[in-house]
Amino acid sequence: MIVEFASWLDKLTPPAPATPPMRPSRYVVVSRRAENSDTVTLLLRPVDHPIPTPLPGQFTMLYAYGVGEVPVSISGISDAVDPRDQVLVHTIRAVGAVTRALCEVFPGDMLGVRGPFGTDWHVAGADGRDMLIVAGGIGLAPLRPVLLTALALRARYDRVVLLAGARSPADLIFSRELDIWRSRGADVRVTVDHGHDRWAGRVGLVTELIGDAIADPAGTAAFVCGPEIMMRLAAETLVTCGVPAAGIRVSLERNMRCGTALCGHCQLGPLLLCRDGPVVGYDQAAPLVAIEEL
Amino acid sequence: MDATTGFPVPRLIDIEGLGDLFEVLVSEGYHVIGPVVQDGAIVLRELTSPAELPFGWGVRLEPGGYQLRRREDAAVFGHAAGPQSWKRFLHPPRERLWSADRTPEGFEISAAEDEPPQYAFLGVRPCDLRAIGLQDRVLAHPASRYAGRRAGVFIVAVNCTEPGETCFCASMNAGPGAGPGFDLALTELIDEAGHRFLVDVSSEAGADIITRVDSEGADDKTVRRARSAVELAAGRMGRHLDGGGLRELMADSYRAARWDEVASRCLTCGNCTLACPTCFCTTVQDSTDLTGEHAERWERWDSCFDLDFSYLHGGSVRPSAASRYRQWLTHKLGSWHDQFGSSGCVGCGRCIVWCPVGIDLTEEVKALRAEHEQEAMAQAAAGEGTGDGWPARAGDLVKEKS
Repeated sequence: MIVEFASWLDKLTPPAPATPPMRPSRYVVVSRRAENSDTVTLLLRPVDHPIPTPLPGQFTMLYAYGVGEVPVSISGISDAVDPRDQVLVHTIRAVGAVTRALCEVFPGDMLGVRGPFGTDWHVAGADGRDMLIVAGGIGLAPLRPVLLTALALRARYDRVVLLAGARSPADLIFSRELDIWRSRGADVRVTVDHGHDRWAGRVGLVTELIGDAIADPAGTAAFVCGPEIMMRLAAETLVTCGVPAAGIRVSLERNMRCGTALCGHCQLGPLLLCRDGPVVGYDQAAPLVAIEEL
Repeated sequence: MDATTGFPVPRLIDIEGLGDLFEVLVSEGYHVIGPVVQDGAIVLRELTSPAELPFGWGVRLEPGGYQLRRREDAAVFGHAAGPQSWKRFLHPPRERLWSADRTPEGFEISAAEDEPPQYAFLGVRPCDLRAIGLQDRVLAHPASRYAGRRAGVFIVAVNCTEPGETCFCASMNAGPGAGPGFDLALTELIDEAGHRFLVDVSSEAGADIITRVDSEGADDKTVRRARSAVELAAGRMGRHLDGGGLRELMADSYRAARWDEVASRCLTCGNCTLACPTCFCTTVQDSTDLTGEHAERWERWDSCFDLDFSYLHGGSVRPSAASRYRQWLTHKLGSWHDQFGSSGCVGCGRCIVWCPVGIDLTEEVKALRAEHEQEAMAQAAAGEGTGDGWPARAGDLVKEKS
């Protein structure tokens, strides 16, 4: 009996992860920019010891005093050399009590931040390839740092294409930046589900733009974020176009409470998305998101 | 001294010795937690005297049923697992994580700084010892509050000689003999030589404590008798679970029809997750006092059967009872392997006993296996591939993870 247990015990000696930080660091809001009627972009500076600077795709837990905490992906990059000059950028859509409180802050207000948590987009994996970014609605926020990284290192990529979809022109986020991105070498194509009289742009689903945006399927690295059904359709379209599933990365979302693989909420089959995600390869995600109510 | 372990060879103590053991632990500053009869069940709480132990009490177990019964002898540990487990002490149902106070510039956060109590657990059954090991794997990150509480615990295990009607620890390789992780392990013996406990020692701390208890060396015959009582218990499990390939079975069963069948009985009350000694899920609650000057964050047990557990803006990911039962069972027996390297089930049978409608995990697995085999045969006949499970372990799949 003891011998059998011993082999079991061997398996139980994992490399222990670093201390899970359950206590937020305090940050102060330095700017608040309204993106549209329900979405704002906040810039935060550390008051206490700053958290390690997040990578594109990672998320933090943002705390509104007395209201609660929610996971939010970072939507910008901080290149500060001194961590005290760190600026965290988050773009938040008001959908519940906590996100509403976070959207209603003013410069000078204080928030709590834990993190960074999870996997990143692994932008370096796209070096030397065509970069195709497919975003739906608020899904553009976690992808913005991918695009900014690509534009900062523009020569490393052959083509940099952003396909952005929104429900209506008024729901678009970062609309003031689209032309700046274009001028810096990105091919930006926008579509909306429903236009209006003054909308001269495209109307239709973002997935319909994919076929035309691909030049070299095997040499394309795709980054996809949006509602889960949109990511599935986009990824399946990409696969149909010849992009290998392993070359497609998606950012999945589940309820998250701790960010440290301790609370059990963010399970998606074998994955704990706060640790094994949120960004995963579509080869890994496909069989999981295909199961209803998983 | 045993040459191989370096710890004393098994000792023998009597009922008075058990009392001595309790006194020595108390004198060392331990809060001694053990089984007591309370509210019609054998529960775990701090003992004020060894006389509180459930002398002469046994239990009758069935799916959805638990009853105390009087034993014909005065056995102290002649009962199977009760409604509670030790996670209540190591991973408490409610715990304050920190508090915050308003300041002119915003707020200030103070950690909860209460010292963890020093526990001695008296009477940890092998299934529960294994369960503590499984929770260690999940929760004992360095400097976590769990690790702080866990580090100082002195464990007196009890080898099981009387499994209950719903027990299947032998199937899960979690008993009836205690695995590693105890300081002392008792085997209760009641025979013509009297009421005695064989004591195995497996740590320095255990060796130190037992030398201060009045004991004698155990003769070979008594040791053999104790070992054989534990071995015999393996053959008297009330339930059996075919443990082979459970991870694969679960991964292949996501679209099984059985989930709808079990959901027609499951009340999604979450009792199984509260009674389960390894279920670890928690949620946090943020609150303020009426003035808004003081805020707190509390952690409390949560259950994957709760509709809110999977809530994302817009609704729950798992609205149906079938998907929530599936989440629980496939995690416990399947994806636990992917996440934590072993099964999450120890075969204690609590989920069967404390299910108000008597859903029996071992029956559900049997039904899933039968359905899977039927499906595989049908697919083989049709010349198709089998299963819709994920391709490999999570650890292998997350390639870019640093």
